[in-house]
Amino acid sequence: MDGHEVILDIRGLTKEFPGVRALSDVSFQVRRGTVHALVGENGAGKSTLIKILTGVYSATSGDFLFKGEAVKVEKPLDAQKLGLSVVHQELKLVETLSIAENIFLGRPQTGACKLVNWRAMRAEAQKLVDDLHIRLDVTQEVSRLSVAQKQIVEICKALSFNSELIIMDEPSATLTENELECLFDIIERLRRRGITVIYISHRMEEIFRIADVVTVLRDGEHIRTMPVAEVTRQQLIALMVGRELGNEYPKYEAEITDVALEVRGLNREGVLHDVNFNVRHGEILGLAGLVGAGRTETARAIFAADKATSGEIFINGKKVQIRTVRDAIRHHIALIPEDRKQQGLVLGMSVKHNVSIVDLGNVCKNGLISEKKERDLARSMIEKLDISTPTEEKEVRLLSGGNQQKVVLSKWLVVDSDIMIFDEPTRGIDVGAKSEIYKLMCGLAQQGKAVVMISSDLPELIGVCDRIYVMREGTISGCIDREDFTQEAILDMAIS
Amino acid sequence: MQATKHSDVRSRLLRFLEDYIILVPILLLMIIWTFVAPNFLTYGNFMNVFRQVSMVAIVAAGQFYIICAGYLDLSLGALVGLCGIIFAKSMVDWGMAPLVAALFTFLIGLVCGATNGSLVTFCRLPGFVVTLGMQYIARGLCYVITNSYPVSRIPASIAWIGRGYFLDAIPWPVVIMVAVFIVVAFVSKKTKFGRFVYATGGNQEASHLSGINVKLIVNSVFILGGLFSALTAIILVSRLNSGQPNGGTGFEFQAVIACVMGGVSLSGGKGKAIGVILGAIFVGLLTNGMTLINVDSYLQQVIQGVVLIMAIGVDVYKQSRQAASR
Repeated sequence: MDGHEVILDIRGLTKEFPGVRALSDVSFQVRRGTVHALVGENGAGKSTLIKILTGVYSATSGDFLFKGEAVKVEKPLDAQKLGLSVVHQELKLVETLSIAENIFLGRPQTGACKLVNWRAMRAEAQKLVDDLHIRLDVTQEVSRLSVAQKQIVEICKALSFNSELIIMDEPSATLTENELECLFDIIERLRRRGITVIYISHRMEEIFRIADVVTVLRDGEHIRTMPVAEVTRQQLIALMVGRELGNEYPKYEAEITDVALEVRGLNREGVLHDVNFNVRHGEILGLAGLVGAGRTETARAIFAADKATSGEIFINGKKVQIRTVRDAIRHHIALIPEDRKQQGLVLGMSVKHNVSIVDLGNVCKNGLISEKKERDLARSMIEKLDISTPTEEKEVRLLSGGNQQKVVLSKWLVVDSDIMIFDEPTRGIDVGAKSEIYKLMCGLAQQGKAVVMISSDLPELIGVCDRIYVMREGTISGCIDREDFTQEAILDMAIS
Repeated sequence: MQATKHSDVRSRLLRFLEDYIILVPILLLMIIWTFVAPNFLTYGNFMNVFRQVSMVAIVAAGQFYIICAGYLDLSLGALVGLCGIIFAKSMVDWGMAPLVAALFTFLIGLVCGATNGSLVTFCRLPGFVVTLGMQYIARGLCYVITNSYPVSRIPASIAWIGRGYFLDAIPWPVVIMVAVFIVVAFVSKKTKFGRFVYATGGNQEASHLSGINVKLIVNSVFILGGLFSALTAIILVSRLNSGQPNGGTGFEFQAVIACVMGGVSLSGGKGKAIGVILGAIFVGLLTNGMTLINVDSYLQQVIQGVVLIMAIGVDVYKQSRQAASR
C-alpha cells in the first residue's frame, strides 16, 4: 500500500462546538487509488470530519493537504472544484429533473448565446454513466429511479467534477443485496481508474470485502489507521467501542416478577419482521440497535401509533387487542416518545394542561374540567418529580430539556401506567438531568412497573438495564442478560 | 412575598393587555368615527352595527374552532350562501314548515362541514385547498339552484329572527350571537372537547400520542363551522326577507380578520372566544364607519385586505418574539 502517493493528509483537525469537542486532533493519511473505510459509533466524529473536508464546517484548528497542497475549502463548491465529492446518505437530487440535468445541476453545458446545449449535456452525462458499465437512460426523470440508481447518479455527478476523491457516506444503508453487488462493482471500477474512495459504513462484512485500509474514530479521536488485512472483525469492534464504563448509572435492585408485556410475531410491512420479546414487572429492558433498526417502529406499533400488519400482544398473560392509542392507554401502556418537542408535548400549552391531557376525565367534575383539580394535579406532579418551573401556568416550551422530559413523564404517571416505553429518554439532556431520569426509571421498576428503554447510547443501556434485546433490520437479532453485557456483544448483534 | 405579589399584578396586567390589545384599535376607531361621521354615535346606528356584526361573528365562532385546531376554512361564506338558498327554497318552493326547513338547513351545513373534514382527515388533503374547492362548489350551487334569481316570498313568521327585537330593545341576531359565544367560550374553556381542539392545533402528533382522537376533533371543528354557517344563513334570509345567491360573500374573510384581530393564532392552538367577538366588533365598526362616510365599497375591500395582512403581521411578530425568548 505504501507504493501509493498520499492524496489526503489530515493534520491535527479539531472541531469544537459550544460545550462539545466533536473532533480532537485527528491525523491520518489516505492514499491514492485505495478504498479507505472510516468506522466508528454514532457520534464518533465521522460526519463532522466529512463536513470539514467538504467545507460545510470550518475546523477550530488543524488543516489538511489535498494532493500535497494545503487547500482552502470554505464552501461545498470549493471542495467539488478541487476534486473532492461526497455521495450523501440522504441523496441530494432534484427529483423532478432528468438524470443529465441533475449531473450538471447549476453548471449546465452552454453553447452559443449562453443557451443550454442539451445535446452536449446529454452526451456527456451518458458517457459518464456508460463508463461505469451501467445501463441507464440519462433523459429519465430522477423521481422514477430506485435508491441505488439515484446513488449512481450522485456518483456520476461526482465524476463530472473530475473528482479524484469520492466520499460515500453509508451508501449501503438502503440498498438490497443485488444493488450492493452493483455498488461494489462500481467502486472496484473507480479504484482501477485511480480514484480514491472513502467508504463509511456500519457493516463489518462490507469493510472486509472492499476496503484496503480502515480508520477507526471514537469519541472524536483518531484511534488507529491500518490495513484491513491486519485486523480481525472482533478487534475492529473492540477498537470502535473500547471505552471504560464510569459509574454514572444508578442502579437499584428491584424485584423482577411476572411477564407484563409479551409481543409475538409483530410485523409491519417493510419495517418490522417477526418481532418477539417480553418485559417483566420490575424489569428495565433495553432495546439496542443502530438507527433505523426498527426500535422506535416497534414501540409505535405496540402503542398503535402506527398500524401493525400482524402480531399478538399479551398483557399479564392475557391476549389484548390494541387498535388505537386510547386502547393502549386503557391497557396502561405509556410511550415517552423520541422527540419530546415534536411528539411529547404541546409546547404552546402550560405545564398544567400538558400534565392533564392524557386523562382529562381525572380532573373533571360533573363532566367539566375543574380548574382546581387540574391545578392541584399539576402541582403534585411538579413536586413529585421535582420539575423546576415557577408555576404550573408556565408554557412548557420555556422549560429546559430535562424538565420538559419530566413533564412528558408526569403525563403518564397520572394515568398510572404499568408498562412504560421510553424512546431515547436522555437525548439532548445534560449529564445531571440524565442521571435524574435514570433514577426515576429505576424507581418505577421498583414500584413493579415494566420499563422498556430504547437507546443508542450503549454505556447507558449497559448501566441501567436488566436485559437487552438487540434489533437489526426490523427484527430482534438477540437477547443478552445483565451478567453477559458487553458493548462488543451488543454491537456484534446490531451489525450484520 | 410583597415583591412577588407586585410582579404577579404586573404580569397579570401585561397578560391582560396582550390578550385584549384589540380594545385599543376598537377605541381608536370609535373616536375617529365619532368625529368624522356625524351619525355614528347614535343608538340606531349602534344597533345596526351589532346586527351586522352578529352574523360575521357567528361565522367567526366556527372559524375560531377551525383555526384553533390548526386549519382555515375558506368555504364558510359560501356555505352561508348555500344554506340560505336551501332554507328559502325549502319554505317557498318545497313546502316545508319553517322549523323543518331550518332543521334541513342545519343538516346541509353539517354535511358540507363533514365533507370538508373527511377530505382533510381521511383523504389527507390540504385543508386550504379543500375548503377553497368547497367555496366554489357551494357558491356555484347557489346560482345553479336559483338560476341566479333571489328567492323571495319568505313566510312572515320568521321575520323576527333577523328583524325583530328582544324585549323591544335588542335585535334578535345580537341575542343569538351572545348566546353562541357564551356556549363557545364555555366549551373551549371547560370541556374536554375544547381542550382537545387546542391540543390538536398546538401539536397534532403529540395529541395523537396522548390518546386524543385527532381525526374526530378535526372533523368536528369543520362540522361546527358548517353548522354555524347554517345558523347565520337563517338569520340572513330572515333579515333580507329573501334567499340571495350571493349571500354571505366575504364572510369567511371577515371571520378570519375577526379571529386574527381577536388574538387567535393562525398557527393553531391559541385564542379566546371573547377575543373573536371583539374582533368581529372591530370589523363591524370598520365597515360601518366607512359606509357612513361614503367610502366606495370596492375601496372598503382594499382596506379590509390591508387590515388582515397587518393583523397577521402582528400575530407573526408575536410568535417570533416568543420564539426568541425561548
